[in-house]
Amino acid sequence: MSDIILSASHLTKTYRQRSGRFGFGRKLVKALDDVSINIKTGSTLAIVGESGSGKSTLARCLLQLLPLDAGTVQFQGQDLAALSGDALRAVRRHLQMVFQDPFASLNPRMKVGEIVGEGLLIHNLGDAQERTRKVLQMLERVGLSAADINKYPHEFSGGQRQRVGIARALVLEPKLVICDEPVSALDVSIQAQILLLLKELQQEMGLSYLFISHDLRIVRHMADEIAVMHDGKIVEQGEVESIYSSPQQAYTQNLLNSIPGRQRRTASLI
Amino acid sequence: MSDLLRVENLCVAPIANPHKLLVNKVSFTLNSGKTTCIVGESGSGKSLTALTVMGLLAPSLSRTSGSINFQGTELTGLSNEQMSDVRGKRIGMIFQEPMTSLNPVLTVGYQISESLAHHLGLSGKELKTRIEGLLQQVGIPPERANAYPDELSGGQRQRVMIAMSIACEPAMLIADEPTTALDVTVQAQILALLAELKSRMNMGMLFITHDFGVVADIADDVVVMFRGEIVETGMVQQVLENPQHPYTRALLACVPDAEGKKPLQSIDYAWLGEPA
Repeated sequence: MSDIILSASHLTKTYRQRSGRFGFGRKLVKALDDVSINIKTGSTLAIVGESGSGKSTLARCLLQLLPLDAGTVQFQGQDLAALSGDALRAVRRHLQMVFQDPFASLNPRMKVGEIVGEGLLIHNLGDAQERTRKVLQMLERVGLSAADINKYPHEFSGGQRQRVGIARALVLEPKLVICDEPVSALDVSIQAQILLLLKELQQEMGLSYLFISHDLRIVRHMADEIAVMHDGKIVEQGEVESIYSSPQQAYTQNLLNSIPGRQRRTASLI
Repeated sequence: MSDLLRVENLCVAPIANPHKLLVNKVSFTLNSGKTTCIVGESGSGKSLTALTVMGLLAPSLSRTSGSINFQGTELTGLSNEQMSDVRGKRIGMIFQEPMTSLNPVLTVGYQISESLAHHLGLSGKELKTRIEGLLQQVGIPPERANAYPDELSGGQRQRVMIAMSIACEPAMLIADEPTTALDVTVQAQILALLAELKSRMNMGMLFITHDFGVVADIADDVVVMFRGEIVETGMVQQVLENPQHPYTRALLACVPDAEGKKPLQSIDYAWLGEPA
């Protein structure tokens, strides 16, 4: 099974949520309900669903950033839940994440060079000179310049900040990158640039992606396979083509119908 | 003139630097019962144009020239007090972030009641009935009037914002990226709601977006802005099917195509090199 880079089986995660006016009540929310996915090496699996469907929880559980209630995550044959401390940290180098909000996910007090280089420092990769070289190379690869190394995140536009986020994740030469709504905070015109960059980097570095999105227009271009999530469950899973041409579930059909511009809502045109 | 809104030669610049025009000679019209979409990227001046129409420019900016005629009244000649009577009563506005534009410590019913009490002088039972009616119109159960914003989902909050903006039955609604922060399915519901309210109340809607997919869903007329200037205007079908300006074509091309027939394309500024 060497062509599967990550395999998650029967993941379950329950949150306790405050309820009632002053939050004195408690209710249980099943964020993940028996979720199983496989990501093939070098390919992209997209997780599609609305807010609250559990797709971001899934990302966090895969990375062991949140403890699971039940289920196993195998990354390159290793059971991640069994790892801790240094062993887990060593694996995480190969499991990186690109976050949704380029405004919130970069430390405003750190220079871009420090943000991108921090991972190299933590994983103790190369000496200072080598690290600087790698950071510069990565920044240039994502379309920023060497001069940007001394700038702070607020000096960049949203699209450029997301490029910094991508450089930060990829400088460690990971195997699998989890992209959690990487372009949903960006303008349509900037979205395309970032998506094309992600695709190029996937080719060059042989990356596998878990791509989380609610926008089926984007997913069509990024994914090889799609898993549709709803209320913590995967309701439909399959190849991109088959999901778009013949969705089996009403929920998937509804998502497809919501794509803006797909069917001109004629109410205002008549 | 039967136009609801007629903007002519509108220019906006920072007071400190009056030659740097952020909105440069913008002219367009909007009719009752119609939707005009202003499309452009961040920094194109689309939101600034809407804010100028509302008279809500930041103190560091000023309108250097141009006229804004709304229902025969020249808005640029009004005092601040006169303008506050127009805002909320004759022109409603919906903002992008439903999370930040509602007050977290007041119930949504109270927040809807403010403009009704201020502009129409409603109170007591009459006010309560009106609020419940408005909530019903935007698809929220009337008993939710006592809920606080944090008890509602993003889509419901945006519905509350819509209820607030249409409370005084304005003749015109300005919607500044009202669905950008929302999921696609919720976006589709909100767009359908806005289209329905617009037809039912015969409002003119000025809708600001960066997404041509959304334009295709709701616009009658389209205004494309780039770096403060209008590069193309026209009927929606004409602009979508036969765009004239290279920037419009570039912006249309970068909308991902859900049919998967057209490759993903980033925006191409090559045309900027040549005189457009």
